[in-house]
Amino acid sequence: MGLNTFKMKNHNLYQYCLQLGDTSFILSHRIAEYCSKAPHLEEDLAITNVGLDLLGQAESFLKYAAEIKGDGTSEDDLAFKRKEKDFKSIHLCEVPNFDYALILVRQFLMDIYNNLLFNELSESKDAIINGISKKSIKEIRYHLQRSKDWMIRLGQGTEESNQKIQYALDTLWMYTNELFYDSSAEIELEKEGIAVLSSSLETEWRKKTKEIIVEAGLVVPENQPHSMQYGKDGIHTEYLGYLLAEMQHLPLLYPDAKW
Amino acid sequence: MSEDNQGILWEVFLQPKPGRPFKHVGSLHAYDKKMAMTAARDLYTRRGEGKGIWLVRAEDIVSSELEDGEAFYDPSNDKIYRHPTFYNLPDGVKHI
Repeated sequence: MGLNTFKMKNHNLYQYCLQLGDTSFILSHRIAEYCSKAPHLEEDLAITNVGLDLLGQAESFLKYAAEIKGDGTSEDDLAFKRKEKDFKSIHLCEVPNFDYALILVRQFLMDIYNNLLFNELSESKDAIINGISKKSIKEIRYHLQRSKDWMIRLGQGTEESNQKIQYALDTLWMYTNELFYDSSAEIELEKEGIAVLSSSLETEWRKKTKEIIVEAGLVVPENQPHSMQYGKDGIHTEYLGYLLAEMQHLPLLYPDAKW
Repeated sequence: MSEDNQGILWEVFLQPKPGRPFKHVGSLHAYDKKMAMTAARDLYTRRGEGKGIWLVRAEDIVSSELEDGEAFYDPSNDKIYRHPTFYNLPDGVKHI
């Protein structure tokens, strides 16, 4: 392997780890924002717990990304000292918490996706990605069990709960196209058996989401892409900047602050 | 959801590992068995406290009454012969 090929491979691997890590990271932050605000105590702890699992996954991927980058960068540097355009999180995770229905549906759509993605990544030829994925898939299976259960409960619940979930589905559906957009990093890394092409998950994702949405007595919305540019390429929704401003505020203002 | 409609009260028992007795650890609110089980998992086993969960509806537990205390428990105070402290236990015996 020539030096340039080596550099390109590392560049792609770095970008891919950011893509996986940032997506979990931003979603975990959205859930953290909701801490203490859930409809009841049990659910508050449960959803926050999901957020903490996602934060753990994000930490593992950002740590690996920091290692690949070298130069003494830490996972905290990547989390708190990067600009918006350097984040590779997907748009669906950036959408602000509107109400519990939206938080639940966002989680449900992501859980089905992550379940498929990390199942495949558990076979990755990159030992670290492989290891993180095998550990994460256990957590994700539980997340899906939870969010699926709530989708069916609230979909089949009262007229009001059904309407709220349907509204959240209709609101979020346009963001789901990005789930199946192949970034340049994953196209390159897929050839080496390291990454998974996002587009390869689409058929199964649509099948599984449809099954549950129909069982819940809800309607699958129509596909309407909201954007031709995606978070995986560093082009974000208007929401991410505000999220980062709040999240990064303390480490930027007090760089030496310690726990 | 109104504040006074948090579902049924369940008591939670955890087993630290297979073969050991279940111990009461607390309670939670949920609407049915399935929801109670996931809530118990999230509330009480996140730090590796258990490998088994029992859930019982609080209303199904038969409990002794505080005012029965004297009649129930005092007679055992002065009957030392009810404690098997006169036996020699073999070295290999555990959990007694």
